[in-house]
Amino acid sequence: MKTMSLQRSSRRLLPRAMQRHDIMTSCCKSLTSSSFHNNHHQQQQQYPLSTVVVGRSFHSSSFAAAYQEAAYNNDDDNELQTSSSYPPFFPYESSYNPTKPDPDYPSLGPTTKLNLFQSINTALQLALSTDPTTIVFGEDVAFGGVFRTSQNLRSEFGAHRVFNTPLSENGIAGMAIGYASMGGTAIGEIQFADYIFPAMDQIVNEMAKFRYRSGNQWSCGGVTLRAPCGAVGHGGLYHSQSPEAYLCHTPGLVVVMPRGPRCAKGLLLSSVRCKDPVIFLEPKILYRSAVEEVPDADYEIPLGKAEIMQHGTDVTIVGWGAQLRRLQLATDLASKEGISCELIDLRTLLPWDSDTIIRSVKKTGKLIVSHEAPITCGFGAEIAATLQQEC
Amino acid sequence: ISRAPGYGMAGIRVDGNDVFAVHAAVAEARKLALETSAPVMIEAMTYRQGHHSTSDDSSRYRDVDEVQAAQDVTDPLIRMDKFLSHYGWMDNNAVTSIGDEERAAVLRAMEAAEARPTPTLESMFTDVYHEKPPHLIRQEKELRQHLVKHNIHHH
Repeated sequence: MKTMSLQRSSRRLLPRAMQRHDIMTSCCKSLTSSSFHNNHHQQQQQYPLSTVVVGRSFHSSSFAAAYQEAAYNNDDDNELQTSSSYPPFFPYESSYNPTKPDPDYPSLGPTTKLNLFQSINTALQLALSTDPTTIVFGEDVAFGGVFRTSQNLRSEFGAHRVFNTPLSENGIAGMAIGYASMGGTAIGEIQFADYIFPAMDQIVNEMAKFRYRSGNQWSCGGVTLRAPCGAVGHGGLYHSQSPEAYLCHTPGLVVVMPRGPRCAKGLLLSSVRCKDPVIFLEPKILYRSAVEEVPDADYEIPLGKAEIMQHGTDVTIVGWGAQLRRLQLATDLASKEGISCELIDLRTLLPWDSDTIIRSVKKTGKLIVSHEAPITCGFGAEIAATLQQEC
Repeated sequence: ISRAPGYGMAGIRVDGNDVFAVHAAVAEARKLALETSAPVMIEAMTYRQGHHSTSDDSSRYRDVDEVQAAQDVTDPLIRMDKFLSHYGWMDNNAVTSIGDEERAAVLRAMEAAEARPTPTLESMFTDVYHEKPPHLIRQEKELRQHLVKHNIHHH
């Protein structure tokens, strides 16, 4: 461990300090260039603030009433998976609606076999090409990223849109907030989720509360902060953490974790286009080891919706990220003993889909939550407490 | 100010209690920032006359005479007062009447602010996200049920 940390710090020290001035000036130049201002004005025209504020409060109160009925009176536990249309009483499409259908994968057309970093790379490509204000930045992002997630982006979209930042996580978060508050889409990368802590003040006190403290006059919904998380075997203390519990305790944030390449692409595109700031955690052990057929098309997976990976009747098992692989092995073992398990991937950790879990537990009567993060005050505690209250 | 070159920034240190010096320094810094699209650090030197916070009593760690001296000599308002009087540009009657007007305006604003009703219950749950997500809707419903059950009135 000692040798590894020394190598890491010496690798980062010298080149960064010398590049800092150039990077800072080029950042500021790109942000003040005239093309950005034009895009900003376009963006403002699409989302005039005055009408949206009035409409929003009306919708949320009628949505609230409708949703209450749907959440607690409907006992059909298969409806979520098989229904492809909204219940008739939903007045509009909600961003965090657990009844929103997943994309119909067969109809999306041709697929390519991709691993996790390749599918994230594809999603970033789509984000950069569909939204001209999108920028991707972070430490070592320009050459392709330490996990290859941003490869070829700089050559395709230009140095003014894909660039390195100085070694400053709070700077990365702060810059993302500022850029998004002016109407742009900022995709920042924290090199390891273990380093998200220097940015916690920016994330918790600024990013999460930007909309609330201004009474919805301003927001930084265009922020997406991506970070590789989770154990990888040789990571030690600072390249293995799962900080989702710290982040989920913050109202105003959206926290998402994919389990594989196919859902990562859809979830990342939803996260980038979400109107709230999103922390997108990527289980680093899956970057190369998880390979799936990923549709080439541009598709989004609804946020706030869990996915039932397999149906069962005896016990409900909930997990997220890389842990689902372990849980799959466990359910396979259990099925040999005749235990039928319902395995659920939460996908979005905040706001989390309690309806799917509640429905499932009402059917099975038993719940197991398993996560990589420490047990005490882990996110499993939140799920257990809610289920205790509701079931 | 020595931190500015460390970050590759231009920097200027100025007497923060001198209105004209600060104006000149900021104008120059602004010009430089606009020309070069780069940040400029301005370090304005001043003296903290008051206590650090409402829970602080600064007489416990500094001389009261020191504070008084600083107040008399470096206070920017006093300096401006002396400057204007020196050139005979100060009309004492005007100053008093402006002072009275402003004081009245501040008091009126305070009264208006204090007369406003407390925020509604709903304001705890709106604008946290761009739309209220299911868990906040649920939590608001639980809160309202609790208030009804215990007969607590809140708008």
